[in-house]
Amino acid sequence: MSVEQEQTERTIRCLVAKVGLDGHDRGAHVIARALRDAGFEVIYSGLHRAPDEVVQAAVQEDVDVVGISILSGAHNTLVPKILDGLREYDAFDDRLILVGGIVPDDDQEELRGQGVDEIFGPGASMEEMIDYIHENAPER
Amino acid sequence: MSDLVADLLAGKHSALARVITKIENRSPGYREIISDLHQHTGTADVIGVTGSPGAGKSTLVDKVAATYREQGLTVGVIAIDPSSPFSGGAVLGDRIRMASNAGDMDMFFRSMSARGSLGGLSTATTDAVTALDAFGKDKIIVETVGAGQNEVDIVRTADTVAVLVPPGSGDDVQMLKAGILEIGDVFVVNKADLDGADRTVQQLREMLQGQSGRPNSGHHGATELAGGSDDAATDDADAVDDETEMWDPPIVETVANRGEGIEDFLNTLADHGAYLDRTGRREGQARERFAAEIRTLLREDANELLVDELDRRGGIEQYVDAVIERHTDPYTVVDEVLAPLRECLDEPPDES
Repeated sequence: MSVEQEQTERTIRCLVAKVGLDGHDRGAHVIARALRDAGFEVIYSGLHRAPDEVVQAAVQEDVDVVGISILSGAHNTLVPKILDGLREYDAFDDRLILVGGIVPDDDQEELRGQGVDEIFGPGASMEEMIDYIHENAPER
Repeated sequence: MSDLVADLLAGKHSALARVITKIENRSPGYREIISDLHQHTGTADVIGVTGSPGAGKSTLVDKVAATYREQGLTVGVIAIDPSSPFSGGAVLGDRIRMASNAGDMDMFFRSMSARGSLGGLSTATTDAVTALDAFGKDKIIVETVGAGQNEVDIVRTADTVAVLVPPGSGDDVQMLKAGILEIGDVFVVNKADLDGADRTVQQLREMLQGQSGRPNSGHHGATELAGGSDDAATDDADAVDDETEMWDPPIVETVANRGEGIEDFLNTLADHGAYLDRTGRREGQARERFAAEIRTLLREDANELLVDELDRRGGIEQYVDAVIERHTDPYTVVDEVLAPLRECLDEPPDES
Protein backbone atom coordinates (compact mmCIF):
# COMPACT_ATOMS: atom_id res chain seq x y z
CA MET A 1 0.00 0.00 0.00
CA SER A 2 1.36 3.39 -0.90
CA VAL A 3 2.15 5.89 1.80
CA GLU A 4 -0.42 8.26 0.43
CA GLN A 5 -3.24 5.81 0.90
CA GLU A 6 -2.28 4.99 4.44
CA GLN A 7 -2.35 8.62 5.40
CA THR A 8 -5.80 9.36 4.08
CA GLU A 9 -8.32 9.47 6.87
CA ARG A 10 -10.28 6.29 7.22
CA THR A 11 -13.98 6.41 6.46
CA ILE A 12 -16.12 6.98 9.53
CA ARG A 13 -19.23 4.82 9.72
CA CYS A 14 -22.34 6.07 11.48
CA LEU A 15 -25.56 4.34 12.41
CA VAL A 16 -28.61 6.58 12.43
CA ALA A 17 -31.25 4.74 14.41
CA LYS A 18 -34.88 5.41 15.13
CA VAL A 19 -35.93 3.45 18.16
CA GLY A 20 -39.30 2.71 19.72
CA LEU A 21 -42.73 3.83 18.61
CA ASP A 22 -41.62 7.28 17.56
CA GLY A 23 -42.53 7.80 13.91
CA HIS A 24 -40.89 11.16 13.30
CA ASP A 25 -38.04 10.43 10.94
CA ARG A 26 -37.67 13.68 9.04
CA GLY A 27 -34.87 14.79 11.32
CA ALA A 28 -33.11 11.43 11.04
CA HIS A 29 -33.28 11.64 7.25
CA VAL A 30 -31.83 15.14 7.22
CA ILE A 31 -29.02 14.06 9.52
CA ALA A 32 -28.31 10.92 7.48
CA ARG A 33 -27.97 13.04 4.38
CA ALA A 34 -25.78 15.66 6.06
CA LEU A 35 -23.45 12.95 7.39
CA ARG A 36 -23.27 11.37 3.95
CA ASP A 37 -22.35 14.70 2.40
CA ALA A 38 -19.67 15.11 5.07
CA GLY A 39 -18.09 11.93 3.66
CA PHE A 40 -19.31 9.46 6.27
CA GLU A 41 -20.86 6.13 5.53
CA VAL A 42 -24.31 6.15 7.01
CA ILE A 43 -26.39 3.12 7.87
CA TYR A 44 -30.00 4.08 8.41
CA SER A 45 -32.00 1.67 10.54
CA GLY A 46 -35.51 2.53 9.39
CA LEU A 47 -38.39 3.32 11.72
CA HIS A 48 -39.67 1.60 14.87
CA ARG A 49 -36.57 -0.39 15.79
CA ALA A 50 -36.32 -2.29 19.03
CA PRO A 51 -33.22 -1.68 21.15
CA ASP A 52 -31.79 -5.11 20.34
CA GLU A 53 -32.12 -4.38 16.63
CA VAL A 54 -30.11 -1.21 17.10
CA VAL A 55 -27.49 -3.21 19.01
CA GLN A 56 -27.40 -5.84 16.26
CA ALA A 57 -26.87 -3.16 13.63
CA ALA A 58 -24.23 -1.32 15.64
CA VAL A 59 -22.23 -4.51 16.30
CA GLN A 60 -22.46 -6.06 12.84
CA GLU A 61 -21.83 -2.87 10.93
CA ASP A 62 -18.96 -2.02 13.30
CA VAL A 63 -19.94 1.64 13.23
CA ASP A 64 -17.82 4.32 14.87
CA VAL A 65 -20.84 6.37 15.82
CA VAL A 66 -24.21 5.20 17.09
CA GLY A 67 -26.72 8.03 16.61
CA ILE A 68 -30.02 7.44 18.33
CA SER A 69 -32.91 9.69 17.39
CA ILE A 70 -35.77 9.79 19.90
CA LEU A 71 -38.52 12.36 19.88
CA SER A 72 -41.06 10.37 21.87
CA GLY A 73 -39.68 11.06 25.34
CA ALA A 74 -38.93 7.39 25.94
CA HIS A 75 -35.16 7.91 26.05
CA ASN A 76 -34.84 6.90 29.70
CA THR A 77 -36.23 3.47 28.87
CA LEU A 78 -34.74 2.80 25.46
CA VAL A 79 -31.24 4.26 25.57
CA PRO A 80 -30.04 2.24 28.58
CA LYS A 81 -31.22 -0.95 26.86
CA ILE A 82 -29.11 -0.12 23.84
CA LEU A 83 -26.10 0.71 26.03
CA ASP A 84 -26.44 -2.58 27.91
CA GLY A 85 -26.70 -4.50 24.65
CA LEU A 86 -23.56 -2.86 23.28
CA ARG A 87 -21.67 -3.75 26.48
CA GLU A 88 -22.93 -7.32 26.26
CA TYR A 89 -21.40 -7.72 22.79
CA ASP A 90 -18.21 -5.92 23.75
CA ALA A 91 -19.03 -3.10 21.40
CA PHE A 92 -19.39 -0.16 23.75
CA ASP A 93 -15.89 1.10 24.51
CA ASP A 94 -14.67 2.20 21.13
CA ARG A 95 -17.93 3.67 19.95
CA LEU A 96 -19.29 7.19 20.13
CA ILE A 97 -22.87 7.19 21.39
CA LEU A 98 -24.94 10.21 20.42
CA VAL A 99 -28.56 10.97 21.20
CA GLY A 100 -30.64 13.40 19.21
CA GLY A 101 -34.05 14.67 20.15
CA ILE A 102 -35.88 16.40 22.93
CA VAL A 103 -34.19 15.41 26.18
CA PRO A 104 -34.84 17.48 29.35
CA ASP A 105 -31.76 18.74 31.20
CA ASP A 106 -32.20 16.41 34.17
CA ASP A 107 -32.40 13.40 31.89
CA GLN A 108 -29.35 14.54 29.95
CA GLU A 109 -27.17 14.25 33.04
CA GLU A 110 -28.45 10.78 33.72
CA LEU A 111 -27.93 9.59 30.16
CA ARG A 112 -24.39 10.93 30.15
CA GLY A 113 -23.77 9.12 33.40
CA GLN A 114 -24.87 5.90 31.76
CA GLY A 115 -22.45 6.26 28.87
CA VAL A 116 -23.96 8.58 26.27
CA ASP A 117 -21.19 10.78 24.90
CA GLU A 118 -23.20 13.72 23.65
CA ILE A 119 -26.79 14.89 23.25
CA PHE A 120 -27.92 17.15 20.46
CA GLY A 121 -31.22 18.90 21.07
CA PRO A 122 -33.37 21.25 19.02
CA GLY A 123 -31.32 24.06 17.50
CA ALA A 124 -28.09 22.09 17.28
CA SER A 125 -26.41 22.70 13.94
CA MET A 126 -25.13 20.11 11.50
CA GLU A 127 -21.65 21.64 11.57
CA GLU A 128 -21.57 21.32 15.33
CA MET A 129 -22.41 17.63 15.12
CA ILE A 130 -20.07 16.84 12.23
CA ASP A 131 -17.20 18.67 13.94
CA TYR A 132 -17.91 16.82 17.15
CA ILE A 133 -17.76 13.48 15.34
CA HIS A 134 -14.53 14.38 13.57
CA GLU A 135 -12.91 15.40 16.85
CA ASN A 136 -14.19 12.55 18.97
CA ALA A 137 -14.44 9.58 16.65
CA PRO A 138 -12.69 6.71 18.42
CA GLU A 139 -9.15 5.76 17.48
CA ARG A 140 -9.05 2.21 16.26
CA MET B 1 -2.42 -15.76 15.23
CA SER B 2 -3.75 -12.44 16.46
CA ASP B 3 -6.35 -12.04 19.20
CA LEU B 4 -8.81 -10.76 16.66
CA VAL B 5 -8.54 -13.92 14.57
CA ALA B 6 -8.85 -16.08 17.69
CA ASP B 7 -11.94 -14.14 18.78
CA LEU B 8 -13.48 -14.47 15.35
CA LEU B 9 -12.89 -18.21 15.25
CA ALA B 10 -14.35 -18.44 18.75
CA GLY B 11 -17.55 -16.94 17.39
CA LYS B 12 -17.37 -13.43 18.75
CA HIS B 13 -19.61 -11.17 16.67
CA SER B 14 -17.77 -7.94 17.31
CA ALA B 15 -14.49 -9.56 16.18
CA LEU B 16 -16.06 -10.63 12.90
CA ALA B 17 -17.39 -7.10 12.41
CA ARG B 18 -13.97 -5.61 13.16
CA VAL B 19 -12.21 -7.95 10.75
CA ILE B 20 -14.53 -6.85 7.96
CA THR B 21 -13.81 -3.22 8.88
CA LYS B 22 -10.09 -3.90 8.56
CA ILE B 23 -10.68 -5.54 5.21
CA GLU B 24 -12.67 -2.54 4.00
CA ASN B 25 -10.07 -0.06 5.18
CA ARG B 26 -7.13 -2.20 4.09
CA SER B 27 -5.81 -1.53 7.56
CA PRO B 28 -2.28 -2.63 8.36
CA GLY B 29 -2.32 -6.32 9.17
CA TYR B 30 -5.44 -7.25 7.26
CA ARG B 31 -3.46 -9.51 4.95
CA GLU B 32 -2.17 -11.61 7.83
CA ILE B 33 -5.72 -11.92 9.11
CA ILE B 34 -7.00 -13.24 5.80
CA SER B 35 -4.05 -15.60 5.57
CA ASP B 36 -4.82 -16.97 9.03
CA LEU B 37 -8.49 -17.35 8.22
CA HIS B 38 -8.07 -19.06 4.88
CA GLN B 39 -7.46 -22.53 6.26
CA HIS B 40 -10.75 -22.35 8.18
CA THR B 41 -12.84 -21.71 5.10
CA GLY B 42 -14.48 -23.84 2.46
CA THR B 43 -17.63 -24.92 4.22
CA ALA B 44 -20.04 -22.13 3.33
CA ASP B 45 -22.41 -22.05 0.42
CA VAL B 46 -22.09 -18.66 -1.28
CA ILE B 47 -25.04 -17.16 -3.15
CA GLY B 48 -24.83 -13.98 -5.20
CA VAL B 49 -27.93 -11.86 -5.73
CA THR B 50 -27.91 -9.08 -8.27
CA GLY B 51 -30.37 -6.99 -10.23
CA SER B 52 -31.34 -3.43 -11.02
CA PRO B 53 -32.13 -0.93 -8.23
CA GLY B 54 -35.63 -1.49 -6.91
CA ALA B 55 -35.85 -5.05 -8.19
CA GLY B 56 -36.41 -6.25 -4.64
CA LYS B 57 -33.02 -7.78 -3.88
CA SER B 58 -32.90 -6.79 -0.23
CA THR B 59 -36.45 -7.91 0.43
CA LEU B 60 -35.81 -11.26 -1.22
CA VAL B 61 -32.54 -11.72 0.65
CA ASP B 62 -34.34 -10.93 3.90
CA LYS B 63 -36.96 -13.61 3.30
CA VAL B 64 -34.41 -16.16 2.09
CA ALA B 65 -32.24 -15.53 5.14
CA ALA B 66 -35.25 -15.88 7.44
CA THR B 67 -36.15 -19.22 5.85
CA TYR B 68 -32.60 -20.52 6.25
CA ARG B 69 -32.66 -19.43 9.88
CA GLU B 70 -35.89 -21.38 10.40
CA GLN B 71 -34.04 -24.42 9.08
CA GLY B 72 -31.44 -23.85 11.76
CA LEU B 73 -28.74 -22.61 9.41
CA THR B 74 -26.60 -19.57 10.15
CA VAL B 75 -26.51 -16.83 7.56
CA GLY B 76 -24.16 -14.01 6.62
CA VAL B 77 -25.16 -11.26 4.22
CA ILE B 78 -22.94 -8.70 2.53
CA ALA B 79 -24.91 -5.92 0.89
CA ILE B 80 -22.98 -3.58 -1.39
CA ASP B 81 -24.26 -0.09 -2.13
CA PRO B 82 -22.75 2.62 -4.27
CA SER B 83 -20.97 5.52 -2.60
CA SER B 84 -20.72 9.10 -3.79
CA PRO B 85 -17.66 9.64 -5.98
CA PHE B 86 -17.64 13.26 -4.78
CA SER B 87 -17.81 13.19 -1.00
CA GLY B 88 -17.02 9.51 -0.53
CA GLY B 89 -20.07 9.34 1.70
CA ALA B 90 -22.90 6.88 1.35
CA VAL B 91 -26.23 6.04 2.82
CA LEU B 92 -26.39 2.28 3.07
CA GLY B 93 -30.06 1.49 3.15
CA ASP B 94 -30.31 -2.25 2.56
CA ARG B 95 -30.53 -2.89 6.25
CA ILE B 96 -33.98 -1.32 6.40
CA ARG B 97 -35.35 -4.31 4.50
CA MET B 98 -33.94 -6.85 6.91
CA ALA B 99 -37.06 -6.76 9.06
CA SER B 100 -37.57 -10.54 9.26
CA ASN B 101 -34.25 -11.07 10.99
CA ALA B 102 -34.21 -8.12 13.34
CA GLY B 103 -32.38 -8.74 16.56
CA ASP B 104 -31.16 -12.19 15.45
CA MET B 105 -27.42 -12.19 15.99
CA ASP B 106 -26.84 -15.40 14.05
CA MET B 107 -28.01 -13.56 11.01
CA PHE B 108 -24.96 -11.40 10.32
CA PHE B 109 -25.77 -8.54 7.99
CA ARG B 110 -23.09 -6.17 6.82
CA SER B 111 -23.42 -3.17 4.52
CA MET B 112 -20.40 -2.30 2.41
CA SER B 113 -20.00 0.72 0.22
CA ALA B 114 -18.25 0.70 -3.12
CA ARG B 115 -15.39 2.95 -2.04
CA GLY B 116 -13.94 4.02 -5.32
CA SER B 117 -10.66 5.35 -4.02
CA LEU B 118 -9.49 2.16 -2.39
CA GLY B 119 -10.18 0.12 -5.48
CA GLY B 120 -10.50 -3.60 -5.63
CA LEU B 121 -14.01 -3.88 -4.28
CA SER B 122 -14.18 -7.41 -5.55
CA THR B 123 -11.08 -8.22 -3.50
CA ALA B 124 -12.69 -6.72 -0.40
CA THR B 125 -15.84 -8.72 -1.03
CA THR B 126 -13.91 -11.94 -1.50
CA ASP B 127 -12.05 -11.27 1.76
CA ALA B 128 -15.28 -10.48 3.62
CA VAL B 129 -16.73 -13.77 2.37
CA THR B 130 -13.59 -15.48 3.67
CA ALA B 131 -14.20 -13.93 7.10
CA LEU B 132 -17.84 -15.03 7.19
CA ASP B 133 -16.90 -18.51 5.99
CA ALA B 134 -14.22 -18.87 8.66
CA PHE B 135 -16.70 -17.65 11.25
CA GLY B 136 -18.74 -20.73 10.36
CA LYS B 137 -21.70 -19.31 8.47
CA ASP B 138 -23.59 -22.02 6.55
CA LYS B 139 -24.97 -19.69 3.92
CA ILE B 140 -23.40 -16.47 2.69
CA ILE B 141 -25.36 -14.11 0.48
CA VAL B 142 -23.66 -11.33 -1.47
CA GLU B 143 -26.10 -8.71 -2.66
CA THR B 144 -25.18 -6.01 -5.15
CA VAL B 145 -26.66 -3.74 -7.77
CA GLY B 146 -26.01 -5.29 -11.15
CA ALA B 147 -24.77 -2.41 -13.22
CA GLY B 148 -21.28 -3.05 -14.48
CA GLN B 149 -18.13 -5.08 -14.62
CA ASN B 150 -17.34 -4.41 -10.99
CA GLU B 151 -20.61 -5.95 -9.90
CA VAL B 152 -20.18 -8.89 -12.22
CA ASP B 153 -16.78 -9.56 -10.62
CA ILE B 154 -18.27 -9.37 -7.16
CA VAL B 155 -21.00 -11.79 -7.99
CA ARG B 156 -18.41 -14.23 -9.31
CA THR B 157 -17.33 -14.84 -5.73
CA ALA B 158 -20.56 -16.85 -5.47
CA ASP B 159 -21.21 -20.52 -6.18
CA THR B 160 -24.70 -19.73 -7.40
CA VAL B 161 -25.77 -16.42 -8.91
CA ALA B 162 -29.39 -15.27 -8.87
CA VAL B 163 -30.35 -12.39 -11.14
CA LEU B 164 -33.50 -10.46 -10.24
CA VAL B 165 -35.58 -9.00 -13.01
CA PRO B 166 -38.55 -6.81 -12.14
CA PRO B 167 -41.59 -7.04 -14.41
CA GLY B 168 -41.79 -4.53 -17.21
CA SER B 169 -38.08 -3.85 -17.10
CA GLY B 170 -38.03 -2.90 -20.72
CA ASP B 171 -37.90 -4.81 -23.94
CA ASP B 172 -35.51 -7.52 -25.05
CA VAL B 173 -32.84 -5.05 -26.02
CA GLN B 174 -32.70 -3.55 -22.54
CA MET B 175 -32.07 -6.95 -21.05
CA LEU B 176 -29.36 -7.69 -23.56
CA LYS B 177 -27.72 -4.41 -22.73
CA ALA B 178 -27.62 -5.23 -19.07
CA GLY B 179 -25.30 -8.07 -20.03
CA ILE B 180 -26.06 -10.04 -16.92
CA LEU B 181 -27.93 -12.84 -18.64
CA GLU B 182 -24.65 -14.69 -18.96
CA ILE B 183 -23.83 -14.73 -15.26
CA GLY B 184 -27.20 -15.87 -13.92
CA ASP B 185 -27.61 -19.45 -12.74
CA VAL B 186 -31.13 -18.69 -11.60
CA PHE B 187 -33.42 -15.91 -12.77
CA VAL B 188 -36.02 -14.45 -10.49
CA VAL B 189 -38.93 -12.39 -11.71
CA ASN B 190 -39.80 -10.64 -8.49
CA LYS B 191 -43.00 -8.68 -7.92
CA ALA B 192 -44.65 -11.37 -10.00
CA ASP B 193 -48.08 -10.07 -8.97
CA LEU B 194 -47.56 -6.94 -11.05
CA ASP B 195 -48.86 -6.46 -14.57
CA GLY B 196 -46.43 -7.55 -17.20
CA ALA B 197 -44.78 -10.26 -15.10
CA ASP B 198 -45.90 -13.01 -17.47
CA ARG B 199 -44.53 -11.11 -20.41
CA THR B 200 -41.21 -10.59 -18.66
CA VAL B 201 -40.96 -14.30 -17.87
CA GLN B 202 -41.76 -15.09 -21.48
CA GLN B 203 -39.13 -12.68 -22.81
CA LEU B 204 -36.53 -13.95 -20.39
CA ARG B 205 -37.20 -17.52 -21.44
CA GLU B 206 -36.81 -16.67 -25.10
CA MET B 207 -33.57 -14.82 -24.50
CA LEU B 208 -32.09 -17.58 -22.39
CA GLN B 209 -32.96 -20.18 -24.99
CA GLY B 210 -31.35 -18.07 -27.67
CA GLN B 211 -28.01 -18.09 -25.89
CA SER B 212 -25.15 -20.06 -27.31
CA GLY B 213 -23.09 -22.31 -25.11
CA ARG B 214 -26.11 -23.34 -23.14
CA PRO B 215 -27.74 -26.10 -25.12
CA ASN B 216 -30.95 -27.42 -23.71
CA SER B 217 -30.33 -30.62 -21.87
CA GLY B 218 -33.83 -32.00 -22.03
CA HIS B 219 -32.55 -35.41 -21.11
CA HIS B 220 -31.54 -34.12 -17.72
CA GLY B 221 -34.71 -32.26 -16.96
CA ALA B 222 -36.11 -35.06 -14.87
CA THR B 223 -33.01 -35.66 -12.76
CA GLU B 224 -32.66 -31.99 -12.02
CA LEU B 225 -36.23 -31.76 -10.80
CA ALA B 226 -35.61 -34.71 -8.51
CA GLY B 227 -33.19 -32.55 -6.52
CA GLY B 228 -30.27 -33.58 -4.39
CA SER B 229 -31.88 -36.32 -2.33
CA ASP B 230 -31.02 -39.16 -4.70
CA ASP B 231 -27.60 -37.91 -5.65
CA ALA B 232 -25.94 -41.28 -5.39
CA ALA B 233 -28.37 -42.95 -7.74
CA THR B 234 -28.02 -40.15 -10.24
CA ASP B 235 -24.28 -40.38 -10.09
CA ASP B 236 -24.28 -44.02 -11.06
CA ALA B 237 -26.80 -43.75 -13.83
CA ASP B 238 -25.34 -40.68 -15.46
CA ALA B 239 -21.70 -41.13 -14.64
CA VAL B 240 -20.67 -40.82 -18.26
CA ASP B 241 -22.77 -37.78 -19.02
CA ASP B 242 -22.05 -35.84 -15.87
CA GLU B 243 -19.14 -33.81 -17.07
CA THR B 244 -20.95 -32.58 -20.13
CA GLU B 245 -24.22 -31.90 -18.36
CA MET B 246 -25.27 -28.32 -18.89
CA TRP B 247 -27.25 -26.18 -16.53
CA ASP B 248 -30.37 -24.67 -17.94
CA PRO B 249 -31.04 -21.53 -15.88
CA PRO B 250 -34.55 -21.78 -14.49
CA ILE B 251 -36.86 -18.81 -14.04
CA VAL B 252 -38.58 -18.47 -10.68
CA GLU B 253 -41.45 -16.12 -9.93
CA THR B 254 -41.61 -14.53 -6.49
CA VAL B 255 -43.48 -11.88 -4.56
CA ALA B 256 -40.76 -11.31 -1.99
CA ASN B 257 -42.55 -8.86 0.28
CA ARG B 258 -45.34 -11.41 0.83
CA GLY B 259 -42.93 -14.34 0.96
CA GLU B 260 -44.45 -16.04 -2.10
CA GLY B 261 -42.21 -18.24 -4.20
CA ILE B 262 -39.41 -18.28 -1.64
CA GLU B 263 -39.63 -22.07 -1.26
CA ASP B 264 -39.41 -22.44 -5.03
CA PHE B 265 -36.41 -20.19 -5.12
CA LEU B 266 -34.64 -22.07 -2.33
CA ASN B 267 -35.33 -25.40 -4.02
CA THR B 268 -33.86 -24.04 -7.22
CA LEU B 269 -30.76 -22.87 -5.37
CA ALA B 270 -30.46 -26.34 -3.84
CA ASP B 271 -30.86 -27.92 -7.30
CA HIS B 272 -28.06 -25.80 -8.62
CA GLY B 273 -25.90 -26.72 -5.64
CA ALA B 274 -26.54 -30.40 -6.33
CA TYR B 275 -25.72 -29.85 -9.99
CA LEU B 276 -22.40 -28.24 -9.05
CA ASP B 277 -21.51 -31.17 -6.84
CA ARG B 278 -22.69 -33.77 -9.35
CA THR B 279 -20.67 -32.40 -12.22
CA GLY B 280 -17.62 -31.41 -10.22
CA ARG B 281 -18.15 -27.82 -11.26
CA ARG B 282 -18.06 -26.55 -7.71
CA GLU B 283 -14.41 -27.47 -7.54
CA GLY B 284 -13.85 -26.03 -10.99
CA GLN B 285 -15.42 -22.74 -9.95
CA ALA B 286 -13.33 -22.62 -6.81
CA ARG B 287 -10.18 -23.17 -8.87
CA GLU B 288 -11.13 -20.38 -11.25
CA ARG B 289 -11.94 -18.10 -8.35
CA PHE B 290 -8.64 -18.64 -6.59
CA ALA B 291 -6.78 -18.21 -9.87
CA ALA B 292 -8.57 -14.91 -10.42
CA GLU B 293 -7.84 -13.85 -6.88
CA ILE B 294 -4.14 -14.60 -7.22
CA ARG B 295 -4.01 -12.69 -10.49
CA THR B 296 -5.80 -9.70 -9.02
CA LEU B 297 -3.53 -9.56 -5.99
CA LEU B 298 -0.44 -9.91 -8.17
CA ARG B 299 -1.63 -7.07 -10.34
CA GLU B 300 -2.47 -4.82 -7.39
CA ASP B 301 0.78 -5.50 -5.56
CA ALA B 302 2.94 -5.17 -8.64
CA ASN B 303 1.15 -1.94 -9.36
CA GLU B 304 2.03 -0.59 -5.93
CA LEU B 305 5.67 -1.59 -6.35
CA LEU B 306 5.73 0.32 -9.61
CA VAL B 307 4.18 3.39 -8.02
CA ASP B 308 7.02 3.38 -5.51
CA GLU B 309 9.55 2.88 -8.28
CA LEU B 310 8.12 5.84 -10.16
CA ASP B 311 8.45 7.97 -7.04
CA ARG B 312 12.09 6.93 -6.67
CA ARG B 313 12.70 8.02 -10.23
CA GLY B 314 11.37 11.46 -9.40
CA GLY B 315 7.69 11.04 -10.00
CA ILE B 316 5.55 10.70 -13.05
CA GLU B 317 5.44 14.43 -13.83
CA GLN B 318 8.90 14.62 -15.39
CA TYR B 319 7.99 11.78 -17.73
CA VAL B 320 4.76 13.56 -18.63
CA ASP B 321 6.75 16.73 -19.35
CA ALA B 322 9.10 14.84 -21.61
CA VAL B 323 6.21 13.23 -23.45
CA ILE B 324 4.51 16.59 -23.94
CA GLU B 325 7.76 18.07 -25.30
CA ARG B 326 7.88 15.16 -27.71
CA HIS B 327 11.28 14.10 -26.36
CA THR B 328 9.91 10.66 -25.74
CA ASP B 329 6.64 8.75 -25.85
CA PRO B 330 4.60 6.75 -23.34
CA TYR B 331 5.73 3.34 -24.64
CA THR B 332 9.40 4.25 -24.36
CA VAL B 333 8.84 5.56 -20.84
CA VAL B 334 7.22 2.30 -19.81
CA ASP B 335 10.01 0.25 -21.38
CA GLU B 336 12.56 2.33 -19.53
CA VAL B 337 10.86 2.04 -16.14
CA LEU B 338 10.27 -1.68 -16.53
CA ALA B 339 13.70 -2.53 -17.92
CA PRO B 340 15.32 -3.47 -14.58
CA LEU B 341 12.30 -5.56 -13.62
CA ARG B 342 12.30 -7.34 -16.94
CA GLU B 343 16.01 -8.13 -16.57
CA CYS B 344 15.47 -9.59 -13.10
CA LEU B 345 12.69 -11.85 -14.26
CA ASP B 346 14.15 -12.94 -17.58
CA GLU B 347 17.62 -13.85 -16.39
CA PRO B 348 18.07 -16.99 -14.38
CA PRO B 349 19.42 -16.29 -10.88
CA ASP B 350 23.21 -16.05 -10.68
CA GLU B 351 24.93 -19.35 -10.09
CA SER B 352 28.04 -17.87 -8.52
